[in-house]
Amino acid sequence: MDKIFNDVWVYLAASPLLWLTVTLAVYLAGQWLFQRSGGRALFNPVALAITLLVALLLLTGTPYSTYFQGAQFIHFLLGPATVALAVPLYLHWERVRQLFLPIVVGLLVGSATAIFSAIGVAWLLGGTPRTLLSLAPKSVTTPVAMGIAEKIGGLPSLTAVLVILTGVIGAVAAPALLNGLRIRDDAIKGIAIGVAAHGIGTARAFQISAMAGAFSGLAIGLNALLTALLVPLIVKLLHLTP
Amino acid sequence: MIGALAVLLVFQLIGEILVQASGWPVPGPVIGMVLLFLVLRWRGVLPTALRVTAETLLSHLSLLFVPAGVGIIQHGARLADEWLAVSVALVVSTLVTVAVTALVMRAVVGRRRGGQNG
Repeated sequence: MDKIFNDVWVYLAASPLLWLTVTLAVYLAGQWLFQRSGGRALFNPVALAITLLVALLLLTGTPYSTYFQGAQFIHFLLGPATVALAVPLYLHWERVRQLFLPIVVGLLVGSATAIFSAIGVAWLLGGTPRTLLSLAPKSVTTPVAMGIAEKIGGLPSLTAVLVILTGVIGAVAAPALLNGLRIRDDAIKGIAIGVAAHGIGTARAFQISAMAGAFSGLAIGLNALLTALLVPLIVKLLHLTP
Repeated sequence: MIGALAVLLVFQLIGEILVQASGWPVPGPVIGMVLLFLVLRWRGVLPTALRVTAETLLSHLSLLFVPAGVGIIQHGARLADEWLAVSVALVVSTLVTVAVTALVMRAVVGRRRGGQNG
Protein backbone atom coordinates (compact mmCIF):
# COMPACT_ATOMS: atom_id res chain seq x y z
CA MET A 1 0.00 0.00 0.00
CA ASP A 2 2.73 2.38 1.03
CA LYS A 3 4.65 1.55 -2.11
CA ILE A 4 1.65 2.23 -4.37
CA PHE A 5 1.05 5.54 -2.61
CA ASN A 6 4.70 6.40 -2.99
CA ASP A 7 4.76 5.52 -6.72
CA VAL A 8 1.64 7.58 -7.40
CA TRP A 9 3.04 10.53 -5.45
CA VAL A 10 6.39 10.41 -7.25
CA TYR A 11 4.56 10.47 -10.60
CA LEU A 12 2.20 13.29 -9.61
CA ALA A 13 4.87 15.39 -7.93
CA ALA A 14 6.81 15.53 -11.19
CA SER A 15 3.89 16.54 -13.44
CA PRO A 16 2.31 19.99 -13.77
CA LEU A 17 -1.17 18.43 -13.65
CA LEU A 18 -1.33 18.04 -9.88
CA TRP A 19 -0.69 21.63 -8.78
CA LEU A 20 -2.67 23.14 -11.65
CA THR A 21 -5.69 21.09 -10.58
CA VAL A 22 -5.16 21.77 -6.88
CA THR A 23 -4.93 25.54 -7.53
CA LEU A 24 -8.27 25.51 -9.38
CA ALA A 25 -9.91 23.29 -6.76
CA VAL A 26 -8.69 25.43 -3.87
CA TYR A 27 -9.83 28.62 -5.61
CA LEU A 28 -13.31 27.12 -6.19
CA ALA A 29 -13.42 26.09 -2.53
CA GLY A 30 -12.47 29.67 -1.55
CA GLN A 31 -15.25 31.07 -3.74
CA TRP A 32 -17.73 28.63 -2.26
CA LEU A 33 -16.75 29.70 1.27
CA PHE A 34 -16.99 33.36 0.24
CA GLN A 35 -20.53 32.84 -1.08
CA ARG A 36 -21.55 30.73 1.94
CA SER A 37 -20.39 33.56 4.21
CA GLY A 38 -22.86 35.84 2.42
CA GLY A 39 -20.13 37.64 0.45
CA ARG A 40 -18.38 38.79 3.61
CA ALA A 41 -15.28 40.75 2.58
CA LEU A 42 -13.03 39.01 5.14
CA PHE A 43 -13.52 35.68 3.36
CA ASN A 44 -11.55 36.90 0.36
CA PRO A 45 -11.25 33.97 -2.09
CA VAL A 46 -7.65 34.88 -3.07
CA ALA A 47 -6.46 35.05 0.52
CA LEU A 48 -8.22 31.77 1.37
CA ALA A 49 -6.76 30.02 -1.68
CA ILE A 50 -3.21 31.25 -1.01
CA THR A 51 -3.35 30.28 2.67
CA LEU A 52 -4.57 26.77 1.85
CA LEU A 53 -1.98 26.26 -0.90
CA VAL A 54 0.90 27.43 1.31
CA ALA A 55 -0.25 24.99 3.99
CA LEU A 56 -0.42 22.15 1.42
CA LEU A 57 3.06 22.92 0.05
CA LEU A 58 4.55 23.01 3.55
CA LEU A 59 2.80 19.78 4.57
CA THR A 60 3.99 17.89 1.49
CA GLY A 61 7.44 19.51 1.45
CA THR A 62 6.92 20.73 -2.11
CA PRO A 63 9.22 23.54 -3.30
CA TYR A 64 7.63 26.63 -4.87
CA SER A 65 9.39 25.98 -8.20
CA THR A 66 7.64 22.60 -8.49
CA TYR A 67 4.30 24.18 -7.62
CA PHE A 68 4.82 26.94 -10.19
CA GLN A 69 5.48 24.45 -13.01
CA GLY A 70 1.79 23.59 -12.79
CA ALA A 71 0.41 26.95 -11.70
CA GLN A 72 2.24 28.91 -14.42
CA PHE A 73 -0.58 28.15 -16.87
CA ILE A 74 -2.93 30.20 -14.68
CA HIS A 75 -0.30 32.89 -14.06
CA PHE A 76 0.18 33.25 -17.81
CA LEU A 77 -3.45 34.33 -18.30
CA LEU A 78 -2.69 37.63 -16.51
CA GLY A 79 -1.40 38.96 -19.84
CA PRO A 80 -4.47 38.22 -22.01
CA ALA A 81 -6.72 39.32 -19.10
CA THR A 82 -4.96 42.71 -19.08
CA VAL A 83 -5.59 43.04 -22.84
CA ALA A 84 -9.24 42.05 -22.21
CA LEU A 85 -9.68 45.19 -20.07
CA ALA A 86 -10.08 47.01 -23.40
CA VAL A 87 -13.61 45.53 -23.64
CA PRO A 88 -15.19 47.14 -20.53
CA LEU A 89 -13.28 50.31 -21.36
CA TYR A 90 -14.89 50.34 -24.83
CA LEU A 91 -18.35 49.67 -23.37
CA HIS A 92 -18.11 52.56 -20.88
CA TRP A 93 -16.16 55.02 -23.00
CA GLU A 94 -18.86 57.73 -22.96
CA ARG A 95 -18.73 57.99 -19.16
CA VAL A 96 -14.91 57.94 -19.22
CA ARG A 97 -14.92 60.90 -21.61
CA GLN A 98 -17.31 62.86 -19.40
CA LEU A 99 -15.05 62.31 -16.39
CA PHE A 100 -11.77 62.83 -18.24
CA LEU A 101 -10.31 65.58 -16.04
CA PRO A 102 -11.25 64.05 -12.66
CA ILE A 103 -9.82 60.72 -13.84
CA VAL A 104 -6.49 62.26 -14.90
CA VAL A 105 -6.12 64.22 -11.65
CA GLY A 106 -7.29 61.28 -9.51
CA LEU A 107 -4.84 58.88 -11.19
CA LEU A 108 -1.85 61.21 -10.85
CA VAL A 109 -2.53 61.97 -7.18
CA GLY A 110 -3.47 58.36 -6.38
CA SER A 111 -0.42 56.85 -8.06
CA ALA A 112 1.99 59.20 -6.28
CA THR A 113 0.20 58.68 -2.94
CA ALA A 114 0.50 54.88 -3.25
CA ILE A 115 4.26 55.04 -3.88
CA PHE A 116 5.19 57.71 -1.31
CA SER A 117 2.99 56.38 1.50
CA ALA A 118 4.27 52.80 1.12
CA ILE A 119 7.94 53.85 1.15
CA GLY A 120 7.38 56.44 3.91
CA VAL A 121 5.54 54.25 6.40
CA ALA A 122 7.90 51.29 5.95
CA TRP A 123 10.93 53.59 6.32
CA LEU A 124 9.54 55.08 9.55
CA LEU A 125 9.09 51.57 10.97
CA GLY A 126 12.63 50.51 10.11
CA GLY A 127 12.17 48.64 6.84
CA THR A 128 15.44 47.78 5.05
CA PRO A 129 16.21 49.53 1.73
CA ARG A 130 15.62 46.36 -0.29
CA THR A 131 12.19 45.96 1.28
CA LEU A 132 11.37 49.65 0.57
CA LEU A 133 12.36 49.19 -3.07
CA SER A 134 10.25 46.04 -3.31
CA LEU A 135 7.27 47.92 -1.78
CA ALA A 136 7.37 50.96 -4.07
CA PRO A 137 5.43 49.50 -7.06
CA LYS A 138 2.98 47.49 -4.89
CA SER A 139 -0.22 49.05 -6.27
CA VAL A 140 0.19 47.98 -9.90
CA THR A 141 -0.63 44.64 -11.42
CA THR A 142 1.84 41.77 -10.76
CA PRO A 143 3.86 41.46 -14.00
CA VAL A 144 4.32 45.24 -14.22
CA ALA A 145 5.30 45.60 -10.57
CA MET A 146 7.84 42.78 -10.87
CA GLY A 147 9.42 44.47 -13.88
CA ILE A 148 9.71 47.78 -12.03
CA ALA A 149 11.15 46.14 -8.90
CA GLU A 150 13.79 44.40 -10.95
CA LYS A 151 14.83 47.66 -12.59
CA ILE A 152 15.24 49.61 -9.31
CA GLY A 153 16.97 46.88 -7.29
CA GLY A 154 14.05 45.40 -5.35
CA LEU A 155 13.22 41.70 -5.14
CA PRO A 156 10.69 40.89 -7.89
CA SER A 157 9.34 37.76 -6.22
CA LEU A 158 8.84 39.66 -2.94
CA THR A 159 7.14 42.48 -4.86
CA ALA A 160 4.70 39.94 -6.37
CA VAL A 161 3.70 38.89 -2.86
CA LEU A 162 3.35 42.50 -1.63
CA VAL A 163 1.24 43.34 -4.71
CA ILE A 164 -1.14 40.50 -3.92
CA LEU A 165 -1.39 41.39 -0.22
CA THR A 166 -2.15 44.97 -1.28
CA GLY A 167 -4.89 43.73 -3.61
CA VAL A 168 -6.46 41.62 -0.86
CA ILE A 169 -6.37 44.51 1.64
CA GLY A 170 -7.97 46.81 -0.94
CA ALA A 171 -10.64 44.26 -1.88
CA VAL A 172 -11.50 43.65 1.76
CA ALA A 173 -11.48 47.24 3.06
CA ALA A 174 -12.04 49.65 0.14
CA PRO A 175 -15.82 49.24 -0.39
CA ALA A 176 -16.56 49.92 3.29
CA LEU A 177 -14.09 52.84 3.36
CA LEU A 178 -15.67 54.41 0.26
CA ASN A 179 -19.15 54.05 1.77
CA GLY A 180 -17.85 55.67 4.97
CA LEU A 181 -16.56 58.61 2.92
CA ARG A 182 -20.01 58.83 1.24
CA ILE A 183 -18.66 58.32 -2.25
CA ARG A 184 -21.75 57.47 -4.34
CA ASP A 185 -20.42 57.55 -7.90
CA ASP A 186 -19.47 54.04 -9.08
CA ALA A 187 -16.99 55.55 -11.55
CA ILE A 188 -15.06 57.25 -8.71
CA LYS A 189 -15.24 54.07 -6.59
CA GLY A 190 -13.83 52.05 -9.49
CA ILE A 191 -10.90 54.38 -10.16
CA ALA A 192 -9.99 54.60 -6.45
CA ILE A 193 -10.07 50.81 -6.03
CA GLY A 194 -8.15 50.17 -9.27
CA VAL A 195 -5.37 52.67 -8.48
CA ALA A 196 -4.83 51.27 -4.98
CA ALA A 197 -5.53 47.56 -5.45
CA HIS A 198 -5.11 46.65 -9.18
CA GLY A 199 -6.72 43.42 -10.45
CA ILE A 200 -7.77 41.88 -7.12
CA GLY A 201 -9.50 45.16 -6.26
CA THR A 202 -11.03 45.17 -9.75
CA ALA A 203 -12.50 41.70 -9.21
CA ARG A 204 -14.21 43.19 -6.14
CA ALA A 205 -15.24 46.35 -8.04
CA PHE A 206 -17.05 44.18 -10.64
CA GLN A 207 -19.18 42.93 -7.71
CA ILE A 208 -20.22 46.53 -6.92
CA SER A 209 -21.29 47.10 -10.55
CA ALA A 210 -20.11 46.59 -14.13
CA MET A 211 -19.43 50.33 -14.28
CA ALA A 212 -17.20 50.25 -11.16
CA GLY A 213 -15.35 47.27 -12.64
CA ALA A 214 -14.80 49.02 -15.98
CA PHE A 215 -13.33 52.10 -14.30
CA SER A 216 -11.21 49.97 -12.00
CA GLY A 217 -9.86 48.18 -15.07
CA LEU A 218 -9.10 51.50 -16.73
CA ALA A 219 -7.24 52.57 -13.59
CA ILE A 220 -5.06 49.41 -13.65
CA GLY A 221 -3.87 50.14 -17.17
CA LEU A 222 -3.19 53.83 -16.66
CA ASN A 223 -1.67 53.34 -13.22
CA ALA A 224 0.71 50.77 -14.71
CA LEU A 225 1.96 53.44 -17.13
CA LEU A 226 2.21 56.13 -14.43
CA THR A 227 3.91 53.95 -11.82
CA ALA A 228 6.44 52.67 -14.36
CA LEU A 229 7.41 56.31 -14.97
CA LEU A 230 7.11 57.64 -11.38
CA VAL A 231 8.81 54.93 -9.29
CA PRO A 232 12.30 55.27 -10.83
CA LEU A 233 12.08 59.08 -10.45
CA ILE A 234 10.95 58.93 -6.81
CA VAL A 235 13.59 56.34 -5.94
CA LYS A 236 16.27 58.61 -7.40
CA LEU A 237 14.84 61.63 -5.58
CA LEU A 238 14.96 59.81 -2.23
CA HIS A 239 18.47 58.41 -2.92
CA LEU A 240 17.28 54.85 -2.25
CA THR A 241 19.79 52.11 -3.09
CA PRO A 242 19.58 48.40 -2.18
CA MET B 1 -14.06 31.48 -27.87
CA ILE B 2 -10.80 30.28 -29.47
CA GLY B 3 -10.98 33.12 -32.00
CA ALA B 4 -11.46 35.65 -29.21
CA LEU B 5 -8.56 34.17 -27.21
CA ALA B 6 -6.40 34.38 -30.31
CA VAL B 7 -7.32 38.07 -30.70
CA LEU B 8 -6.28 38.78 -27.08
CA LEU B 9 -2.99 36.89 -27.53
CA VAL B 10 -2.22 38.62 -30.83
CA PHE B 11 -2.68 42.06 -29.24
CA GLN B 12 -0.53 41.03 -26.27
CA LEU B 13 2.13 39.79 -28.68
CA ILE B 14 2.10 43.05 -30.66
CA GLY B 15 2.35 44.95 -27.36
CA GLU B 16 5.33 42.88 -26.19
CA ILE B 17 7.10 43.28 -29.54
CA LEU B 18 6.61 47.07 -29.50
CA VAL B 19 7.92 47.30 -25.94
CA GLN B 20 10.96 45.14 -26.66
CA ALA B 21 11.76 47.06 -29.83
CA SER B 22 11.26 50.55 -28.38
CA GLY B 23 12.52 50.15 -24.80
CA TRP B 24 9.45 52.00 -23.41
CA PRO B 25 9.08 51.51 -19.65
CA VAL B 26 5.55 50.18 -20.18
CA PRO B 27 4.38 46.56 -19.96
CA GLY B 28 3.43 44.84 -23.23
CA PRO B 29 -0.09 43.74 -22.18
CA VAL B 30 -0.96 47.38 -21.33
CA ILE B 31 0.07 48.46 -24.85
CA GLY B 32 -1.99 45.52 -26.16
CA MET B 33 -4.99 46.79 -24.20
CA VAL B 34 -4.63 50.30 -25.64
CA LEU B 35 -4.28 48.96 -29.20
CA LEU B 36 -7.29 46.65 -28.88
CA PHE B 37 -9.33 49.55 -27.49
CA LEU B 38 -8.31 51.78 -30.43
CA VAL B 39 -9.25 49.07 -32.96
CA LEU B 40 -12.65 48.56 -31.29
CA ARG B 41 -13.31 52.33 -31.36
CA TRP B 42 -12.19 52.54 -34.99
CA ARG B 43 -14.42 49.66 -36.10
CA GLY B 44 -17.29 50.66 -33.82
CA VAL B 45 -18.43 47.06 -33.20
CA LEU B 46 -17.65 44.62 -30.43
CA PRO B 47 -17.94 40.96 -31.57
CA THR B 48 -20.09 38.97 -29.14
CA ALA B 49 -17.50 36.20 -28.80
CA LEU B 50 -14.82 38.72 -27.78
CA ARG B 51 -17.17 40.32 -25.28
CA VAL B 52 -18.11 36.97 -23.72
CA THR B 53 -14.50 35.74 -23.54
CA ALA B 54 -13.25 39.01 -22.04
CA GLU B 55 -16.02 39.08 -19.45
CA THR B 56 -15.42 35.42 -18.50
CA LEU B 57 -11.70 36.04 -18.06
CA LEU B 58 -12.27 39.24 -16.06
CA SER B 59 -14.90 37.68 -13.79
CA HIS B 60 -12.17 35.29 -12.57
CA LEU B 61 -9.40 37.86 -12.52
CA SER B 62 -8.58 37.17 -8.87
CA LEU B 63 -7.79 33.49 -9.60
CA LEU B 64 -4.94 34.59 -11.87
CA PHE B 65 -3.09 36.16 -8.91
CA VAL B 66 -3.06 33.00 -6.80
CA PRO B 67 0.14 31.39 -8.24
CA ALA B 68 2.25 34.51 -7.64
CA GLY B 69 0.70 34.98 -4.19
CA VAL B 70 1.76 31.49 -3.11
CA GLY B 71 5.33 32.79 -3.65
CA ILE B 72 5.02 34.26 -0.13
CA ILE B 73 6.39 30.86 0.91
CA GLN B 74 9.85 31.90 -0.39
CA HIS B 75 10.00 35.07 1.71
CA GLY B 76 9.19 33.73 5.17
CA ALA B 77 12.46 34.93 6.77
CA ARG B 78 12.39 38.50 5.45
CA LEU B 79 8.70 38.90 6.28
CA ALA B 80 9.27 37.51 9.78
CA ASP B 81 12.03 40.12 10.36
CA GLU B 82 10.14 43.07 8.92
CA TRP B 83 6.51 42.05 9.38
CA LEU B 84 5.58 45.21 11.29
CA ALA B 85 6.99 47.68 8.74
CA VAL B 86 5.59 45.71 5.81
CA SER B 87 2.10 45.07 7.16
CA VAL B 88 1.54 48.60 8.48
CA ALA B 89 2.90 50.09 5.24
CA LEU B 90 0.59 47.91 3.11
CA VAL B 91 -2.56 48.62 5.13
CA VAL B 92 -1.96 52.36 5.62
CA SER B 93 -0.78 52.99 2.07
CA THR B 94 -3.66 51.06 0.46
CA LEU B 95 -6.38 52.75 2.53
CA VAL B 96 -4.84 56.24 2.17
CA THR B 97 -4.56 55.75 -1.60
CA VAL B 98 -8.21 54.71 -1.93
CA ALA B 99 -9.41 57.63 0.24
CA VAL B 100 -7.18 60.33 -1.32
CA THR B 101 -8.01 59.28 -4.90
CA ALA B 102 -11.77 59.21 -4.27
CA LEU B 103 -11.82 62.54 -2.39
CA VAL B 104 -9.67 64.31 -4.99
CA MET B 105 -11.86 63.03 -7.82
CA ARG B 106 -15.04 64.09 -6.04
CA ALA B 107 -13.57 67.55 -5.44
CA VAL B 108 -12.67 67.94 -9.13
CA VAL B 109 -16.13 66.73 -10.25
CA GLY B 110 -17.82 69.10 -7.76
CA ARG B 111 -15.70 72.07 -8.80
CA ARG B 112 -16.53 71.47 -12.47
CA ARG B 113 -20.25 71.19 -11.74
CA GLY B 114 -20.08 74.32 -9.55
CA GLY B 115 -18.27 76.13 -12.37
CA GLN B 116 -20.88 75.12 -14.94
CA ASN B 117 -23.77 76.16 -12.71
CA GLY B 118 -22.27 79.46 -11.69
